[in-house]
Amino acid sequence: MGTPSGFGAALMASSPPLCSDARQPPVTSPPFSPAHFAGNALACRRGDRLVFSGLDFSLADGAALILSGPNGSGKSSLLRVMAGLTPPLRGALTWAGVALGEDPAAHRARLHFIGHLDPVKPVLSVAETLAFWARLGGAARGESRAALERFHLGGLADLPCRFLSAGQRRRLSLARLMASPAPLWLLDEPATSLDDASIEDLLSAIAEHRAAGGMVVVATHHALALGAAETLFLDEFFPRRTP
Amino acid sequence: MSAFTLVVARDLRLAWRQGSDAALVLAFFVLAVVLFAFGVGPEPQLLGRIAAGIVWVTALLAALLSLDRLFQGDFEDGSLEALALAPLPLEALVLAKCLAHWLTTGLPLVLVAPLLAALLQLDGAGYLPLVAAMALGTPSLSLVGAVGAALALGARRAGVLLSLLVLPLYIPVLIFGVAAVDQAVAGLAIKPHLLILAAFLVAALPLAPWAAAAALRPALE
Repeated sequence: MGTPSGFGAALMASSPPLCSDARQPPVTSPPFSPAHFAGNALACRRGDRLVFSGLDFSLADGAALILSGPNGSGKSSLLRVMAGLTPPLRGALTWAGVALGEDPAAHRARLHFIGHLDPVKPVLSVAETLAFWARLGGAARGESRAALERFHLGGLADLPCRFLSAGQRRRLSLARLMASPAPLWLLDEPATSLDDASIEDLLSAIAEHRAAGGMVVVATHHALALGAAETLFLDEFFPRRTP
Repeated sequence: MSAFTLVVARDLRLAWRQGSDAALVLAFFVLAVVLFAFGVGPEPQLLGRIAAGIVWVTALLAALLSLDRLFQGDFEDGSLEALALAPLPLEALVLAKCLAHWLTTGLPLVLVAPLLAALLQLDGAGYLPLVAAMALGTPSLSLVGAVGAALALGARRAGVLLSLLVLPLYIPVLIFGVAAVDQAVAGLAIKPHLLILAAFLVAALPLAPWAAAAALRPALE
């Protein structure tokens, strides 16, 4: 997974469509960094408001990026852009040098996105909920059990989700991260309504994921002790009034 | 198990556990037809002549009743977002949800229709064509309805908007569904009508999931 192979693959993949697809800005691979996942000159619009513009980021294997900034500065918007849910107004995202637009399905398969909401149905049990999301993510039957234990939900496995507290629902959402493997984790305020012990569980899960070469992007107001993480202050990219 | 069958199985399980939605649709269907019988009065000839129309129109309305929950529940709790980020293409997801919707609402309507037709004194020759036409027509109702449900997603008064969007599109199914039964009672060939219903279904099968997925994407941005 060194730079040369990734760079070469990018060149091969991008040279034919460059002429046919002129409206896409040419993908410029970062000159030196072996970044696996990168964004270049990104701008995002929500409604009729420009949330951020001229934003660059790059993530190497095992790296973590913390998105910081006041409410409404575009932390969640950037995560949704990274997930491919919201197309960026300008700029391009690349994975190992290849533009994401070329294979959106492959990008979906390599990410976990934990949003504000917990996708939990009141009538399904804890184990059923996690098993569904895990198997949809490609895990084999029964593989999700360990993830349940990991977030201390083993004792609640057969409980219908309508009886869960907000923190327990959050833990169930987070257990999806461990239940099926994906190299990129996009977490939007993951520590919301978690108690201290559960935050420790989350941090150790993130550390383990990074040690295995995974990448994490976290939007958070809490000071999470992620260790060796870069921080992106989104209010720096607030669009200035330019003529 | 593929991602497609996983989603179908999940929606069926949800429908089974919640129960009320599917039962509500069926109860509405039965009650509305019974109301017609009371409203028209004890005139077997008249009732028998309009039976096919009554059963079809009430079936359309009953199917409509359940459509606004097709994506709404998953949209509200973030499941739709998570499903859209699953490896499964959005079009296949829509198709899976339509299949589950038809199995939980359309199929029960097809099965109950002959009983209600008997209540309305439908001519004996009309039963089989009624079931055949409804079996071919109700999947189209779910598919076309999914487009409306996707378009109305997140709107206030989505239910009203949905019926305005979808009911005009149901007219072809209604015309040929009723015509098939009427032709059979009159002793004429029903095959052309069933073929048109089948053609409608075959066209809706690829087009509706594609259109619904296109309508869902902006809602998920």
